[in-house]
Amino acid sequence: MTSASVTPQAVLDRSDELRRGLDGSFRDYMVASLYERAGELAGRSVREHGSGKWDFDQRIDRILTSRWLGLPVMLLLLGAVFWVTILGANIPSQMLANAFFAVEAAAASWFESVGAPWWLTGLVWHGIFRGLAWVVSVMLPPMAIFFPVFTILEDLGYLPRVAFNLDWLFRKAGAHGKQALTMAMGFGCNAAGVTSTRIIDSPRERLLAILTNNFVPCNGRFPTLIMLAVIFVAAAFPPAVAALAAAASVVAVVLLGVCFTLGVSWALSRSLLSGEASAFTLEMPPYRRPSVLRILYTSLIDRTIFVLGRAMLTAAPAGALIWILANTQAGGVTLAERSIALLEPLGTAIGLDGVILLAYVIAIPANEIVVPTMLMCYLGGAMMMDITTYEQIREVLVGQHGWTLLTAVNLMLFSLLHNPCATTILTIWKETRSARWTALGALMPLGLAFLVCLATAQAVRLLPL
Amino acid sequence: MNTEACDGCPAHAQLAEMGVDIANCDHVVALAGNPNTGKSSVFNALTGLRQHVGNWTGKTVTRAEGAFGYGGKRYKLVDLPGTYSLLSASQDEEISRNFLLFGQPDCTVVVVDATALERNLNLVLQVLEITDRAVVCVNLMDEAKRKGIDVDVRSLSRDLGVPAVPTVARTKEGLAELVASVAGVASGETKTSPSRVAPPAEVREAIDGLVPLIRGMAPGLPSARWVALRLLDGDHKVREALLSGELAGLADRQRQPAPVDASKIKAIAGAQ
Repeated sequence: MTSASVTPQAVLDRSDELRRGLDGSFRDYMVASLYERAGELAGRSVREHGSGKWDFDQRIDRILTSRWLGLPVMLLLLGAVFWVTILGANIPSQMLANAFFAVEAAAASWFESVGAPWWLTGLVWHGIFRGLAWVVSVMLPPMAIFFPVFTILEDLGYLPRVAFNLDWLFRKAGAHGKQALTMAMGFGCNAAGVTSTRIIDSPRERLLAILTNNFVPCNGRFPTLIMLAVIFVAAAFPPAVAALAAAASVVAVVLLGVCFTLGVSWALSRSLLSGEASAFTLEMPPYRRPSVLRILYTSLIDRTIFVLGRAMLTAAPAGALIWILANTQAGGVTLAERSIALLEPLGTAIGLDGVILLAYVIAIPANEIVVPTMLMCYLGGAMMMDITTYEQIREVLVGQHGWTLLTAVNLMLFSLLHNPCATTILTIWKETRSARWTALGALMPLGLAFLVCLATAQAVRLLPL
Repeated sequence: MNTEACDGCPAHAQLAEMGVDIANCDHVVALAGNPNTGKSSVFNALTGLRQHVGNWTGKTVTRAEGAFGYGGKRYKLVDLPGTYSLLSASQDEEISRNFLLFGQPDCTVVVVDATALERNLNLVLQVLEITDRAVVCVNLMDEAKRKGIDVDVRSLSRDLGVPAVPTVARTKEGLAELVASVAGVASGETKTSPSRVAPPAEVREAIDGLVPLIRGMAPGLPSARWVALRLLDGDHKVREALLSGELAGLADRQRQPAPVDASKIKAIAGAQ
C-alpha cells in the first residue's frame, strides 16, 4: 500500500520542466567538480617519495606490452604452458588408465562370479564405469597441470597485458578490446567466458564477444587437442622435439581460433551487428607475487574438480548410452552400427567419420567426453586392458580405423569450431535472453565447422598430395 | 583473560566467518570499489569464503554474498562488481548502483587502492552522494609502501566525513578495525557527515524544488536528493524506477522494519 500524495508522473513532469530550465552542461560540471574534489582530497593525504619497485614494473611492461615483443612473448608463454602440460600429463594418464581398467576387469569378473546378469555387468562396468575411467584418465592429468600454470599467469597480472597486446586487433575487427579478456576466460570454460562479457558496456560489442567466445578451445576441448597433437604431430618428429612440436601445434590451433574470433567479429560487425568500436581504458595492475596456496585452491578445487565433476556427470550416462547402443540389436545390427552408418557419409565428406560425429552428438552436454566416447565406440565390446598408451591409441585409430593426417587435422578443426556445449548455450540464452542470438551462437560455429572441414577435406582430396 | 567489561568492548569482539549462511542477518553491508583493488580479498577475509580472486580488472561480474558475525550481530556482506563510477550505464555499474539505491545497505564499504587514491576517490565521492553510511577501506597499503607512497588515512577520513581504515586484505591486516568501523556505522553509533560536491546554484534550486515532491511521493526515501539530481540529469534508469513504482515501494519498506533479506533480495532481483 502506498501512502503517496504525489504521483510518480507528477514528479517526472516537474523534473522535466526544471531540467529544461537548466544549462545542459551541468552534468559535465558535476563530473568535473567530482574529479577536482578527488584530486584535492588525494593531494592532501598522499605523499610520494620515489621507489624502485614501480620503475621495475614499468620496465617489465615495456617488454611484455611492447609493439614488437608483446605478441611473440605471449606466444612463447602460451607454448610453454602447453609444452609443460603435454610433457607432464602423458605418464600419469597411462598410470590412471592402467589402474582403472584393472579395476574394471576385476570388478566385472567378480560380478560374473556372483551370478549377476550379463547386461548388468556390461552396463555398470563396461558402460558407466568405463566412460568415467576414460574421462578421468584422459582429462585429469592435463587439467591438474594446465590450470595451476594458467592461474599463476592470471595471478601475476599477465591477462590484462594480453588484452592490451590484442586490443588493436579487436578494434580493427570492430569489437571491444575487453573481448580479449573474455576470450582468455573462455580458455578456462566458455560458459564462464560468456558470463564474463558483462564487463563490456556496449550491447553490440558484448554480443560479438558472446557469439565468438566458442572459438577459443575451453579446457574440455584441450585434452582432445593435446591427445591429437601427441598422437599425430609428435609421432612425426624425433622424440627429442616431439613434445615441443606437439605444443607448437596446439598453439597453432589456438591461434587459428583467435583468427576465427577476429574474422567472425569482423564479419558480424559489418553485417548483423554493425557499429563502431568504443574506446575504453584498461588498467594495468601491478605485478603481484602469486600466493601458492590460493593458486592451488583456485586451480584445483574451483577449476579442475569443477570441470572434472561436470565431465563425470555427463560421462556416466554417456557411457551407459554407448554400451546400450553397442549391445542392442535391431535386425541383426547393433544400434551403434546403425547410427554410425547413418552418419558415415556426412562424416566422410568432411574428412571425419561416422564414429566421430556420433561421439560429438553424444557429447553435446559436455565437450570433455568426446575422446572417451569416440574410443568407446571404436573399441566396441573389446577389452581395453592394453589400450592405455598414446601409441596404442594411435595403433587402433590409424591401423584399424583408417585415420589419416587429414582425419586428425579435421578433428582438431572441428573440435575448435563446432557448436558450444549445452552449458554454454544455456549461458548464452541467460545472458542475451534471446532465442535468436542463442540459436545463432549455437548454429553459426557448427555451420562454420562443417564448412571448414568440408573445404579442407575437398582440398586435400583434389590436390595430389 | 577477558573480563566481562572487555567482552562488550569492540576491540575484543571477535570476527566470526560465517560463509554463505546469510539467513537472519541484522545488518546488510555492501562492498563497492574500483576493479582490482582487492575487494574480493576483503570479501573472502571477512566471510571465510573463497571467491575467486584474480589479478585483473572486471573479474567479479556478479554479486557474491556471504556473512560474518561481529560483536554479537550478524552481517550479510554483498560483494558488488568493481566499477570506476556509478554514472554510466554498463551492466556492472548498474548492478552496483541499484544495490546501493534499492538494496539500501546499512553500511557500504568502499575499497580503494592506496596506490591510486585520486582515481579511486571519484567512486567514493559518488557513493557518498547516494548514502551517508559508508566506510572507506584503504587497501593495498603494503603495495603503496613498496612504491614509496604514504597515505594519511586519518586526514582522509576527516576530509571525507566517514571512517577510513588502512588495510592489507591479503594478510588480513587492519580488518579488525575495518569491521569495528562497519559495526559503528551500521548500528548508527558512528555519525557520519559525508563530503559532497556542491552543485551550481541553479541546480541546487532545482533540486530543492524537486525534493519535496519526491518526499511527497515516497516518504522516508533516504536518497531523495540524489534521485532528484539524477532526474534532472535525465537518467533513464531512475526515471523507469520512478514510473514503475520501485522507488515508492522502496520507501514503504523503509518505514516498516522488515526482515532485511527477503525484501532486499527481491528489490535487486532484476539486476542479476
